[in-house]
Amino acid sequence: MAKITYIENNGTSHTVDVAEGLTVMEGAVQNNIPGIDADCGGGMACATCHVYVKDEWFDKINKKSEGEDDMIDQAYEPKKSSRLSCQIQVSPEIDGLEVHLPEKQI
Amino acid sequence: MIKTDALIIGAGPTGLFTAHQLKLIGLNCEIVDNLDKIGGQCIELYPDKPIYDIPAIPECTGEELTNNLLEQLKPFNIKFHLGERVDELKKDNEKWKVKTSKGTEFETPNVIIAGGVGSFEPRKFSPKECEQFENKTILYSIKDKKIFDGKTVSIFGGGDSALDWALELSKISKVNLIHRRDEFRAAQATVDKVKELSNAGKINLITNYQLKTVIGNGKLEEIEIENDNKETKKIKTDFALGFFGLIMQLGPIANWGLNLNKKTVEVDTEKFETNQKGIYAVGDICNYPGKLRLILSGFHEGALAARACFKLARPNEKYRFEFTTSSKTIKNRLGVKSD
Repeated sequence: MAKITYIENNGTSHTVDVAEGLTVMEGAVQNNIPGIDADCGGGMACATCHVYVKDEWFDKINKKSEGEDDMIDQAYEPKKSSRLSCQIQVSPEIDGLEVHLPEKQI
Repeated sequence: MIKTDALIIGAGPTGLFTAHQLKLIGLNCEIVDNLDKIGGQCIELYPDKPIYDIPAIPECTGEELTNNLLEQLKPFNIKFHLGERVDELKKDNEKWKVKTSKGTEFETPNVIIAGGVGSFEPRKFSPKECEQFENKTILYSIKDKKIFDGKTVSIFGGGDSALDWALELSKISKVNLIHRRDEFRAAQATVDKVKELSNAGKINLITNYQLKTVIGNGKLEEIEIENDNKETKKIKTDFALGFFGLIMQLGPIANWGLNLNKKTVEVDTEKFETNQKGIYAVGDICNYPGKLRLILSGFHEGALAARACFKLARPNEKYRFEFTTSSKTIKNRLGVKSD
């Protein structure tokens, strides 16, 4: 279990417990957190679970999957801190993770 | 005006198998898709990625699955309307009148929405100022490359479309190719060629920059680009082209009076009918308690929706369930010999 905080673009913050083994995307979808569409359902085939991860967390979470950057190219306003939340694995080590949601996904 | 027993919106795996089911039970149908090719998400998003959960097919790619479904449809003559988006849907007596973006009109008692997660549209530049130049000097696809002859063209993106056009237009235009990172997802041979032309000064390659804003009075004059360190550059340009891939939008489906739940359409699980009689939704776009977003679920949903179509298309006939292994009628439809 890890506490994950999702911060919407308007500043609204949601902190939820997400079970180990799930992804940060699944944590958002299962808790009805707005702003993560996840159109493809976690297949890394779209870029609608796009989040920004600040420096202090970026290196602590698992590294980008192969091809993840190719999908991020197609996201709305990608930045250096961009990740696809379906590729971030939840584990006790990332307890307290904060992710920032873009203004929109599509 | 095309009259048909059923109109399918979406040529992905669910739409294709639904067509098969309609034809098997003796109904005719036509298929409309906004993409210019058949296969839906399977072809657009993951043509080369293996799928492992199609019953009785241990492993196949999105492209193979599409080709197999087309093979299965071979006995039937199905008309596809590709590159057309269904824009209007109106009730006229007991029939639905449907109109596409290209003006094709249909009259049908049954409309089956197999639209995945909506229609694919190009991802656009995010700065709002771009809108005023859209379809004039800011473009997301190219119809006639002659308009770029002798002009300065700034191409954004790192995939095949962006790089292929950069190479092509470098023959007739001054090309700036701008991408948000150093790596490209285009084919390696294309990337090598772009780097070669960049070294030879024939393409102005700028990486780690993205569009910040566009400047122009009436017509596009300059683009301003920015990197992660907030450093900016201004570049004079006649055209800006964005190739950021496709995104999925629910599009006009949202205006048809259907019960929506986020980007999905609510249906029953007997006919997969929506709140509107004669309009069904199957595959990823439909929603009901327990809905699984799997291709196999789409096949099941399409098979049941096809049976429901029979009642409205043939009100005076009774639908009789038959197996493909034993039914002479079905074998005739498939063009195979019966024992």
